Amino acid sequence: MSVALKNNRNLELIGFALIAVVILVVLPLLLDNFRLNLVGKYLTYAFAAVGLVLCWGYTGILSLGQGVFFGLGGYCMAMFLKLEASSVANTKIQSTPGIPDFMDWNQITELPFFWVPFKSLTFTIIAIVAVPMLMAFIVSVAMFKRRVGGVYFAIITQALAAVMTILIVGQQGYTGGINGITDLRTLLGWDIRTDHAKFVLYFVCSGLLLASMLLARAVIKSKLGRILVAVRDKEDRVRFSGYDVANFKIFVFCLASGIAAIGGAMFTLQVGFMSPSFVGIVPSIDMVIFCAVGGRHSLVGAVIGTLLVNWGKTLFSESFPELWLFAMGGLFIAIVLAFPRGLAGLMTDQILPWIERLRGTRPTHPGAAPSAAPAE
Amino acid sequence: MSSSTDFLLALENVTVSFDGFKAVNALNLYIDKNELRVIIGPNGAGKTTVLDLICGRTKVTEGSIKFKDQEITGLKEHQIVRRGIGRKFQTPSIYEDLTVFENLEISVPRGRDVAGALFWKRTSEVIERVREIARMIFLEEHLDRLAETLSHGQKQWLEIGMLLMQDPELLMLDEPVAGMSVSERARTAELLELVSKGRSVIVIEHDMKFVESIADRVTVLHQGKVLAEGSMATIQDNAQVKEVYLGH
Repeated sequence: MSVALKNNRNLELIGFALIAVVILVVLPLLLDNFRLNLVGKYLTYAFAAVGLVLCWGYTGILSLGQGVFFGLGGYCMAMFLKLEASSVANTKIQSTPGIPDFMDWNQITELPFFWVPFKSLTFTIIAIVAVPMLMAFIVSVAMFKRRVGGVYFAIITQALAAVMTILIVGQQGYTGGINGITDLRTLLGWDIRTDHAKFVLYFVCSGLLLASMLLARAVIKSKLGRILVAVRDKEDRVRFSGYDVANFKIFVFCLASGIAAIGGAMFTLQVGFMSPSFVGIVPSIDMVIFCAVGGRHSLVGAVIGTLLVNWGKTLFSESFPELWLFAMGGLFIAIVLAFPRGLAGLMTDQILPWIERLRGTRPTHPGAAPSAAPAE
Repeated sequence: MSSSTDFLLALENVTVSFDGFKAVNALNLYIDKNELRVIIGPNGAGKTTVLDLICGRTKVTEGSIKFKDQEITGLKEHQIVRRGIGRKFQTPSIYEDLTVFENLEISVPRGRDVAGALFWKRTSEVIERVREIARMIFLEEHLDRLAETLSHGQKQWLEIGMLLMQDPELLMLDEPVAGMSVSERARTAELLELVSKGRSVIVIEHDMKFVESIADRVTVLHQGKVLAEGSMATIQDNAQVKEVYLGH
């Protein structure tokens, strides 16, 4: 245990550096544009996984609805892009030119009021984070202030994911329905469909992901991070130490949702559309699996887990599309049973001590400075 | 009975019922400043429920609880803690995944809101205070250890230490020596002697030897009511107490 603790601190920094090098240098050099764009798409899910490390790994709040926040961020971005793509010139064949095509198909003749502010990029950028966080705030206040937690919270978030999908699909005229918001073209006149744009967006996405990881790390390393671990261990004790536990849970859930939302917006930009299939129960659970495979106590692990599972998904589903879901389910069960701390846990608990033994060094006690690294 | 008193804590006519079952029934209990009070009683007498009521974990059905002459029924747990009441649970309730230092640090009564926690600075004052308390609870050597690696007795001490960090005016301990070895019990008795200076302490305990070694006054609960109250000697001579509790 002390070995794991000591290594955790150095290892984390090494892991951060390694991830940065792989994402920013190695992959762009190795992969062609198509594959790189695919990795960029995977990285957008990693935002959600990073958020899950905070709220699930550290605080013990399992959310099965991160797709909702990912999707809301993505939809906010898509609304802006769609409005830009629906200029009067582009849509002059419609019965009402100047509104998105799917609205015209649904006999809507005027831009709905909640679409109007999305003509502004500044508003959109704020909304990408603010709208999902507001939603997360409402849900978490309603739940945590009433001490609803654990599996009940997980079920409620899952229900939220289902509701959100139904709402989006049902309100076709306002949301694009099951097809989503498609045919996105430019961002302030810059064509996002070109190879060059995708190349640039990949780096923007990677940069934002690394920034989100650093933000999450700062939170974990603060006293607040230790309080989150404390809440996970003994919620009552925290309460009887004079803390209003609900506020901390609300904070971390909103933060996790905001980070997931940035991923959603980057998804829309890189993939070029947003649809309810990235909002619902299945993508939400996928995100939990990415996080679990990588290790829910490790930010670096969550990103690696996301990349590996998605890479596996792409390889596997190219050959056996119908088997993929079973493989995914099996993987999740196997991880939970065999490596509850995921790949990161495997690294710190098994492989590194083994290497240490091979080198014949004796395990030492952690240094004088108390560490905030959580271990089980 | 006057409701404006010098008592630190006054429970008056407190009743709590769970689906009609009165776990605590019209209970009156007064704790003085700087008093060490031990509550004993058979299983199901409502001892732990009384602590739950005082610290807000269970809501009072009827009656009033006043702390420093202010009503505290209806306050949230963390608000009651901030008024100056600390509570130790029956089983050691500590943060296993944090170090001893971090366990104690979290209990420092400052930076308790989200922003305060986010921008918390580990000042030399904090470190000094943590060391001071760690010395008292015999854990100074173990500050960097994960709490889960402590022995059962050490965990109990750690939780007492976490309460001392809060510097409460009223400290409530639920069976602090349960599961401890003989030598650990003796040290805990010493520790309680030390921590009860300058504050009031309520202890729930079963171990009569331990009770004898620490108690000023003893309250015997039976079926949610006070059966007897007084010094250890008078309690041990009380025929009713012998019948329901001590005789067994």
